[in-house]
Amino acid sequence: MGTGQELMSASGQSRPIRVLVAKPGLDGHDRGAKVMARAFRDAGFEVIYTGLFQTPQMIANAALQEDVDVVGISILSGAHMSLFPPIMDALRDVGREDVLVVAGGTIPTEDIPVLNDIGVAKIFGPGTPLQDAVAYIREHAPDRVDLP
Amino acid sequence: MTDASQRASLSERVLAGDRRALARLLTSIENDDPLGEQVMERLFPHTGSAHLIGITGPPGGGKSTLVNEMIRAYREMGRSIAVIAIDPSSPLTGGAALGDRIRMQEWHADPGVFIRSMASRRFGGGLARNALAVAHAFDAAGFDPIIIETVGTGQDEVAIASLAMTTLLVQAPGTGDGVQTLKAGALEIGDVLVVTKGDRPEAIELARDLRNLRQLGLAAGSELSRWDTPVIKTSAARREGIDSLMNAIAAHWSWLEETGEMEIRVRTMINTEIAFRVQDALLQGIRRPVTRDGGMQRLVERVAAREITPLLAARELLTRLSHNDTPP
Ligand SMILES: Nc1nc2c(ncn2[C@@H]2O[C@H](COP(=O)(O)OP(=O)(O)O)[C@@H](O)[C@H]2O)c(=O)[nH]1
Ligand SMILES: [Mg+2]
Repeated sequence: MGTGQELMSASGQSRPIRVLVAKPGLDGHDRGAKVMARAFRDAGFEVIYTGLFQTPQMIANAALQEDVDVVGISILSGAHMSLFPPIMDALRDVGREDVLVVAGGTIPTEDIPVLNDIGVAKIFGPGTPLQDAVAYIREHAPDRVDLP
Repeated sequence: MTDASQRASLSERVLAGDRRALARLLTSIENDDPLGEQVMERLFPHTGSAHLIGITGPPGGGKSTLVNEMIRAYREMGRSIAVIAIDPSSPLTGGAALGDRIRMQEWHADPGVFIRSMASRRFGGGLARNALAVAHAFDAAGFDPIIIETVGTGQDEVAIASLAMTTLLVQAPGTGDGVQTLKAGALEIGDVLVVTKGDRPEAIELARDLRNLRQLGLAAGSELSRWDTPVIKTSAARREGIDSLMNAIAAHWSWLEETGEMEIRVRTMINTEIAFRVQDALLQGIRRPVTRDGGMQRLVERVAAREITPLLAARELLTRLSHNDTPP
């Protein structure tokens, strides 16, 4: 047994990864986002689910206040090329450029490098097994202790 | 950056209203990082003035939706408000779906509103282990009031009543099994009883039953029950009853202040918080030998073999802990 100090701060486990799952855009389909949220929860992540019609500002504000490690964006509408840049800008505006951004949905291969360039780390296409997304996040969720 | 300057800069940034620093501090606190603990030591002198409001009641009862209306009302008064929304963690995976925020999205551009979701991480009583420490951080950062929405198991949520200055107990028509199961204890948990979803016809009956229950409580009650627990019917959907609720919360605060009850309440809260910390630390201390060298396991075997009683086994563990022994 250690000192009282050690006793009080002994949590002993690694902290769960916190993920924001958001569905931007104007179409009202949140099935993909819900599937993503459930898979992440079952993988042991703490998932903040914000649902449909998320504006870039809503996503950024939630990422800031919830201090998530990861933002998972579900996109169906094909509007990804117009939706992602403002989301990445908004995240930067609130100082969350350090967050790992991943996306799920139908995105043509030729657009992927463009999205990668603006900071979307990984895109999981429709066929991707959810375990792959989980494994990717486990490996790449930033290890953030210090404040930038 | 050295540890000391890191602590100093983080606490200064939080005091100066830096939301990014505050959010990161909350993470440190939630994860039991030593940094969070040390920064709180610096910030604690800046706390103690915020109105801490607990809100509890069964899942689906309309708590988060009501909190959203309370945010609106407090913003109209020009007050900065923080919400700590707690949802359960899965006991199997440790994962959690935190969905309260979805009801409070309209404030995303308002710097006077800060919403933080917390998973219970298997802590009991409808709370998360560090929820109170997070509330202190919000307090230091100048938020007042601070609302804690508990998990809402429907039972066993008495904890929040001794951890907040004002506790709202929410009951919705049609969700619970009615007033019969709502023991008189409800009056001890809730400083204000809120009937939500008042737009539903059954809400009238529920409010009447609760008022009758209160009458019973008053009749049987001692001199001590000087606070006349109000029953407020609200509809977040129609934005009705919110003013009455806000008045009741303000009246409870005034009552606490004017009667000197605040001094007692605050000490009860501190007492409970310290006791929670000790209890939690002891539990963790006891659990450690389980994984480390089977010390606990050996005791379990001895109890299973009927050599010693469970009480004796517990005493032995406590003795070891208090002597800082390495388990044999
Ligand atoms: N009819 C009606 N439904 C409501 C009202 N407030 C909340 N609800 C609904 O009750 C459900 C649960 O609400 P929520 O606030 O998430 O409950 P919580 O689990 O106690 O936080 C949601 O579907 C809400 O839309 C209300 O005032 N009237
Ligand atoms: Mg809720």
